[in-house]
Amino acid sequence: MTTDINKPWLYGKTLAELKEVATSLGLPGFTAKQIADWLYKKNATNIDQFTNLSIKAREVLKAEYQVGYIAHTDVQTSIDGTKKYLFPTVGGKFIESAYIPDRDRATLCVSSQSGCKMGCLFCMTAKQGFQSHLSAGEILNQVRAIPEFEKLTNLVYMGMGEPMDNLKNVLASLDILTSDYGYGWSPTRITVSTIGVIPAMREFLEKSKCHLAISLHTPFDEERRKLMPIQNVYKIRDVAEELKQWDFTKQRRVSFEYIMFKDLNDTPAHVKELVRLLNGIKCRINLIRFHPIPGTPLLGSDEQTVQGFKEALNAKGVVTTVRASRGQDIYAACGLLSTKELNKKEEETDF
Amino acid sequence: MIESTPVGTTACKVVANEEITDNVHYLTFERPYDFEAGQLLSLTLNANIPPRLYSIASGTNNDCISILFDVKPEGTLTPLLAKLAAGDLVFVSPPYGSFLGSNEPAIWIATGTGIAPFISMAQSGLGDNKTLIHGARTINEFYFAHFFEAIKGLTYIRCASKGSYSNTYNGRLTAYLRETSSLPLNEKYYLCGNPLMVNEVRDLLIERGIPFDNILSEIFF
Repeated sequence: MTTDINKPWLYGKTLAELKEVATSLGLPGFTAKQIADWLYKKNATNIDQFTNLSIKAREVLKAEYQVGYIAHTDVQTSIDGTKKYLFPTVGGKFIESAYIPDRDRATLCVSSQSGCKMGCLFCMTAKQGFQSHLSAGEILNQVRAIPEFEKLTNLVYMGMGEPMDNLKNVLASLDILTSDYGYGWSPTRITVSTIGVIPAMREFLEKSKCHLAISLHTPFDEERRKLMPIQNVYKIRDVAEELKQWDFTKQRRVSFEYIMFKDLNDTPAHVKELVRLLNGIKCRINLIRFHPIPGTPLLGSDEQTVQGFKEALNAKGVVTTVRASRGQDIYAACGLLSTKELNKKEEETDF
Repeated sequence: MIESTPVGTTACKVVANEEITDNVHYLTFERPYDFEAGQLLSLTLNANIPPRLYSIASGTNNDCISILFDVKPEGTLTPLLAKLAAGDLVFVSPPYGSFLGSNEPAIWIATGTGIAPFISMAQSGLGDNKTLIHGARTINEFYFAHFFEAIKGLTYIRCASKGSYSNTYNGRLTAYLRETSSLPLNEKYYLCGNPLMVNEVRDLLIERGIPFDNILSEIFF
């Protein structure tokens, strides 16, 4: 199923936005709640299915809107059960989502943008440059359009893109996910990641109750500048200072993602500096094994170093785990599938 | 109506707003702070418009601060910035950021308005011993070309991806880098511009044997 590119989607609108739609079309106010029901509780994909609205109301809606739905165009399945879905966007770009089953959990990793502006050295998505922001509907479409939708227990915004660079739409998608009118999920089932765009991160913490994950990767300024250009703008030390203003001792948690690069960020000096940096923040560090991407100058740390690093941090009182590597046989790195699709298009660039 | 001052900013009077080519402006305002060449600031017009980040595009000894921006017709801020006249107010954060120029030899690589921090560095006397490679579509988009041409000790190379011009490499910046035989391994490379260029150039430099810790990137977002 594809979508009519010329008509805006109802799917992805918050209740407040649906009320505006109803008002603008001269429909009664309660219609908004009914539409939300069809979109988020009954999974309708067509306005004709909104049978508790009058036929006239449906016609009025259909003249201006569509529900909106995009099916995935490719899926790869790993021997460990991980699945990687490729979705087109409304504008013909591509995004990826990863479904990761793990015993009693089933996590979906969603994209918030097609491509990314942040230019991290170790990231495959970065190589596409920036393609487009995803609408709230395009973000949520990744969730409801996979066959495992009903099985999902957790959602992480760790796919393509920097969520804080598309915060308005990310917040709208979280509102729909966590509100009674929407999917009614607990915010504690959702984690949103960022590389530390401080003003947007602050707004996210104000407006959402979901968990936060920070891509850290090294505590040292000079090193982080070479790995992550954002460090030239927002320093990780300032990110940590901002986080100290917030309470992570109750429902909401903060974690730090740390990819292990051989001989680069895996030394005892890094352990020491991490402990110093995170002192005063109740948090967890997730160590991630690096799976090299094409052309990268970086190598992954060996297993012994990864385990030693974990133990050293735990011994210092920083709760640290090593993330299981999943779906290695299908996705070496997030961004590969969509980059391949993008390259088929060979778009002209301006430099 | 009195506009409230956005938190953490200072009101500065606009001194000049010049459209230097179609839809690209060089906006100059009073200088409230000292800064280092290569730094950026966030700027807005009132508390209701989210501030945007701009690299400072003027020298550290100038009386005023300037920025370079292109007007994004669908954007909130830049169409309003384009209309500013002398005497209007902009609200400006203190400068920050660590994409800093130095006296060391270096290669500066920019696309479009990504030239801004290099204008600042060159106007601040850091243009000696530098190679500047600027990529753009057409000849009109090599902002401050005459200024860079006149700087002693700076090698100025421009690459135009569309059209054919004299004193210009006619092709993409990445094609120029692929063709050139002289890419020093031990100098710093400063990259500033759109994220796709930054990534492509960084990959290309790494392929040519330049250690990644000699490459410093500034992204526009």
